[in-house]
Amino acid sequence: MGNFITFPELLLWIPVITGIIAFMIRDQKSVKAFALISSLLTLTVSIISLFYIDNVKYLLYNNVSYIWLEFIGSNFALGLDAMGHLLTFLTAVSFPLIFAATYKNNYKQPNAFYGLMLLSQAGMMGVFVAMDALVFYFFWELALIPVYFLSSIWGGERRIQATFKFFIYTFVSSLLMLVGIIYIYLHTAAGPTSEHTFSIRAFYNSGLNLKDQIFIFWLFFIAFAVKMPVFPFHTWQPDTYEQSPAPVTMVLSGIMVKMGVFALIRWVIPIFPDAFFHVNNIVIGLAVFGMLYASCIAMVQNDLKRLVAYSSIAHIGLMCAAIFSMNHIALQGVMIQMFNHGINIIGLWIVVDIIETHTGVRKLSELGGLALHTPLLAIFFVIIALANIALPLTNAFIGEFSMFTGLFEYNKWFGAFACLSIILSAVYTLNMVQKVFYGADNINTKVVSLVTLNQKIVLSVIVIFIFVLGVYPKPVFDLTNETVNLMLGRFGK
Amino acid sequence: MRNIFDFIYLIPLLPLVGFLINGLGRKSLSKSVVGIIGSGVILISFILSFIIFLQVKQDNFIPQIISYFDFINTGKLKIPFAFQIDQLSSLFLLIITGVGFLIHVYSTSYMHEEENKDYARYFAYLNLFVFSMLILVLGANYVIMFIGWEGVGLCSYLLIGYWFKNNNYNDAAKKAFIMNRIGDFGFLLGIFWLINAFGSVSYHELFNSTDGTIAAIKVLNNGNLVWISLLLFIGAMGKSAQIPLYTWLPDAMAGPTPVSALIHAATMVTAGIYMIARSNLLYTLAPSTMTLVAIIGLATAIFAASIALKQNDIKKVLAYSTVSQLGYMFLGLGVGAYTGAVFHVMTHAFFKALLFLGAGSVIHAMGGEQDIRKMGGLSKHMRITYLTFFIGCIAIAGIPPLSGFFSKDEILAAAYAHNPVFYIVGLGGALMTAFYMFRLLAMTFMGAFRGTHDQEHHLHESPSAITIPLIILAFLSIVGGLIGIPEIFVHDGHKLEQFLNPVFAQSNVLLAKGELSHQTEYILTIVSTLLILGVSFWAWKKYKNYKEENLPETGFGKVLQDKWYVDELYDTIIVKPLKSLSLFFNNVIEKMGIDGLVNGVGKSVNYGSRQARLLQNGQVGFYILMMVIGILVLFIIQLIAK
Repeated sequence: MGNFITFPELLLWIPVITGIIAFMIRDQKSVKAFALISSLLTLTVSIISLFYIDNVKYLLYNNVSYIWLEFIGSNFALGLDAMGHLLTFLTAVSFPLIFAATYKNNYKQPNAFYGLMLLSQAGMMGVFVAMDALVFYFFWELALIPVYFLSSIWGGERRIQATFKFFIYTFVSSLLMLVGIIYIYLHTAAGPTSEHTFSIRAFYNSGLNLKDQIFIFWLFFIAFAVKMPVFPFHTWQPDTYEQSPAPVTMVLSGIMVKMGVFALIRWVIPIFPDAFFHVNNIVIGLAVFGMLYASCIAMVQNDLKRLVAYSSIAHIGLMCAAIFSMNHIALQGVMIQMFNHGINIIGLWIVVDIIETHTGVRKLSELGGLALHTPLLAIFFVIIALANIALPLTNAFIGEFSMFTGLFEYNKWFGAFACLSIILSAVYTLNMVQKVFYGADNINTKVVSLVTLNQKIVLSVIVIFIFVLGVYPKPVFDLTNETVNLMLGRFGK
Repeated sequence: MRNIFDFIYLIPLLPLVGFLINGLGRKSLSKSVVGIIGSGVILISFILSFIIFLQVKQDNFIPQIISYFDFINTGKLKIPFAFQIDQLSSLFLLIITGVGFLIHVYSTSYMHEEENKDYARYFAYLNLFVFSMLILVLGANYVIMFIGWEGVGLCSYLLIGYWFKNNNYNDAAKKAFIMNRIGDFGFLLGIFWLINAFGSVSYHELFNSTDGTIAAIKVLNNGNLVWISLLLFIGAMGKSAQIPLYTWLPDAMAGPTPVSALIHAATMVTAGIYMIARSNLLYTLAPSTMTLVAIIGLATAIFAASIALKQNDIKKVLAYSTVSQLGYMFLGLGVGAYTGAVFHVMTHAFFKALLFLGAGSVIHAMGGEQDIRKMGGLSKHMRITYLTFFIGCIAIAGIPPLSGFFSKDEILAAAYAHNPVFYIVGLGGALMTAFYMFRLLAMTFMGAFRGTHDQEHHLHESPSAITIPLIILAFLSIVGGLIGIPEIFVHDGHKLEQFLNPVFAQSNVLLAKGELSHQTEYILTIVSTLLILGVSFWAWKKYKNYKEENLPETGFGKVLQDKWYVDELYDTIIVKPLKSLSLFFNNVIEKMGIDGLVNGVGKSVNYGSRQARLLQNGQVGFYILMMVIGILVLFIIQLIAK
C-alpha cells in the first residue's frame, strides 16, 4: 500500500489495540477513562473520514488490502464506501456516548469488561469495512464473542439462560451463513493465486443460477434475520436485552442489529439479485407481520426493558420490509433509519438505565410520577419517545416516511398494514411515558435522583441528532445515494 | 425595500423562539416575563400576518411559494421545505395568530395561580402549538402540512395532560393522541398514494400544473382520486373530531380552559377543514367522497348536538357543540360550499373561543366548579362575562345579524341546493344547537345561585386580562359575519367569497352549483331564523328558573347523557379484542410457541449445552486470555503471510 495509513485501518486497529491494552489496566477509574479516550479517538478518525467520502478522489484513503490467506484466495481487504462511512460513524459515535452515559456504573473486573467492549467495537468496525467474505465472517464472529462474555459474566440474574439462547440462535445461524459463503466461494472465478477467491467482487460476480441463489439466500437471510431480528427469529432479543448490562444492551440494539440490516444490503442484495424477486413477498410478509406482532406484545409488557426490546423488533421489521421493497426511496429510508434508530435506541436505553439505577425497579406498574422529581430526564425521555414514534421533525420520521413510501410503492396492502404500526407504537410509547413519568409518585420514585453531567451531555447530543437530522436530513441522503444506486443497479433498475 | 414575503418564515419562527425561551428559562424567568414573551411573539406574528394579508388582498396578487431547503430529496421524490402564501393560508394565519394572541393574553391571568415553572411550561407549549399550527397552514405541500398536523397533535397531547399528576387527564391526553394517530394513519396513506400516483405532494404541482397531475385529470371516476380523497378524509376525521373518531375531543376538556378555546375549538380542530379546502380540486373530482364527507359531517352535526342537549358540564356542552359545528363545516365541504365552510371556520373561531373563554371566566369565579346544575344567577355578579357569553350564544345559534347566522345559513342553503333532506336534518341540528346553548346560558347565568355559600361569597368578575379578550371576541362575533353577506341582502356583499375565489375557482367551474332562486333562499332564511328564535326562547324560558332536582335521567335522556355509549362500544369492539390478541401473542405464541421450539432445540443438544454452561462458570480470565491469544495468532499469521 502507500505510505500512509487508511481510514478503515485506523477505525479497526484503534479499538483492537486499545482493547488489548485495556485488559492490562486493572484500575476501575483508569480503564474507564482509557476506554472513553480510545472511543473518542476512533470518533475523531471517523469524523475526519467523513470529509474524504468521495471514493473516486480519495480511493487510496478508503481502501486497503493486505495479503492474508493467499493460498485460499482471501485478502485482508478493507474498504469504506458510502454505507460503510455511515455505519462506522454510527459505531464510532455510539461508543463514547455509551461509555460516558454509564460512566458511574462500576463493573467487576473492569479491565476485562472494557477490553471486551472495545474488541466488540473492533469487530463491528471490521464487519462494516470488510471487502472480503472471509474477513467479513471473521469479524462477524469477532463482534459477537465479546458480547457473549459480556452478557454472561456481567448480566442480570437469568444471564446464563439468556446468553445461552442468544448463543444458540446466533451461532447456528452463523454456521448456516458459513456454509453459504463456502458454497459461493466454490462458484467464484479463479484469483491470481488460487482457484477461487473470497473477494467481494468475485462474490458479486459469482453468477449463481436461480435455484442456487434462492437456496443460499435463505442460509444468509436466516443469519441476518436472527441478528436484526426479524420474526420469528427474535425471541433471544428481549431476554438478552433484559439480562445484559446496560452498555452491552446499548451496543447490541444500537449497532449490532444494524449489522444484520447492513449485511442484507452489502452481502445479500448484490449476490442474489434474482432470488429477491422470488422471495420478497414471503420476507416482507414475515417482516410486516412481525412489526404488528411485536407492537402488540409491546403494548402488554410491564417491564420497561422488554417493552423497548419489542418496540425495537417492530422498528427493525420495517427496515427489513423496506429492503425487500427494492426501490430507491425505501432503501434510502433504510440507510437513514439505520443511523437514526441506532442513536435513538441508545438514548432510550440510557434513560432506562438511569431509571433503573435510581429507582431499583423497571416494572411500569411500580413506577410513576418521575417527572415531579426529575423533570429534565422527563424532557429527554419524551423527546426520545417522540422520535420512537417517528413524529415529524424528529430523525425517525424521515427514515420511516421514506420506508413506508417505498413499501407502499411496492405493494399498497403491505404498506397499509405496516403503517398500522404507527398507531400501535403511539399506544405503547405514550403508555410507557405515562406510567413512568406522569401520575402520582410512589415510594420507588420519590428519589432525589441526579442526572449526571455526563448523562446530560450525552442525552443532549442525542437530542441534537434527533432534531438536526429530523429537520435537515440532506447530508445523509446525499451520502448514501451512491450505495442505493449501486444496489438498484444490481436489480437492473 | 425587500419583499415582505422574504420574511414569511418569521411568522412560525417567532412562536418557536418563544417556546425555546420559555421552555429553557422556565426556572429562571418570572411570570410577567414569560407572559410578555409568550404573548408578544404571537402579537408580532399577527402583525406580520396582517401585513401579508394586505398584500394578498390586492387584486394582482399571485400565490407565493417560498422554498427554503430540501426536506426529503431522493431519487424521483422531491419534497422541499416550502411555504405557500395564498388567500386561504393568509386567512388562516390571521385567525390563528389573532385568536391565538387573545388567548395568550387571557392565559396570563387565567393560569396565574400556577407555579412559576409550570406557568412557563404552559406558555412554552402554547407557543409550540401556534408554531405547529402555522407550519400546518403555511406548508406548500402535504408533507409540510403533516409536520404541523402531528405537531399540533403533540401540543394538544401535552396540554391536555398539562396537569400530569392526574392520571385521568393523562388518559384523556393519550386517547386524543392515539385517535388522532388513527386519522394520521389515513392521512399518511393518502400521502403515499399521492406520491405513488402522481409523484408529487406539492399543492402547486398537483393542482395547478397541467400535465400528469390531478389538475389534468378531468375523468371523474379515477380510482386513485377516490382512494386518495378518502384516505385524506380519514385524517380530517381524526383531527377535526368527526364520526367515528370524535370521542377524544370531549375528553380533551381535561386541559386548561384557554387550551380548549384555542386548540379544541378555534384552530387545531379546523385543520381537517383546511386540509379539504386546500385539496378542493381533488374532492371535487371525487364526487363519491364528497357525498361521504357531507353525510359524515351531517351525522356528526346532529349526533353531537343531541349529546350536548343532556350534558351538565359547561365545558362538555361546548365540546360537543364544537364537534357538531365542525360537522356543519364538513357538510359545507361535502356539498361544495367550500367558501361557506371556511367562513364558518372563521366565525366559529370567534364565537366558540368566546364561549370557551367565557366558560373559563365562570369556572374561575366558581372556584373550579364546572357543573351548571350548581351554578345559576351569575349574571348579577359577572356582567361582562354574562353579556359576552350571551352574544356568543346568539352568534352560535345563528340569529341574525350575528356572525354565525351568515356562515351557517350559507352552508344550509348550499345543502338545500344539493339535497333538501340535508337541509332538513341540518336545520334540526341547528335547532338543537339553539336549545342547548340557551339552556346552558340560562342555567349558568339566570335564576338563583345553587352553589355553596362559600362559592357565592367569592363570585366576582374576572380581571381585565380576561374580560378584554372576551369583549374583542364578542365584537368579532357580532360583526364577523358581515364580510359574507349573501347576495339576497346586499349585492356583492360576500367579500370573503371574492377574496377566496382564486383558491376555489377550478372547483367552482367543475361543480356548476345549482343556484337557488332568491325567493327560495328568502324562505329558507326566514323559516330557519323563526324556528331558531322560537327554540331559543323555549329553552331560555324552560331553564331560566332551573331548580336542582336530583332525578336521574331515564330512557332516551339517559342514552343522550351517557353519550350513546360510544366509548363503551369502542371499548368492547376494539380495545378489549386488541388487548386479548396481544396477550395471546405474548403468552401463547411468544412464550410457548417460538420459545418452546427454541428451547426444544436447546434440549436436544443437551449435552452441548451442559458443556457450554460449564465453560461459562467462572473461568473468565482463561477465556479472555484465549481470545486475546487467538487474535494475536491471527495477526501473526497475517504478518507471516505478508
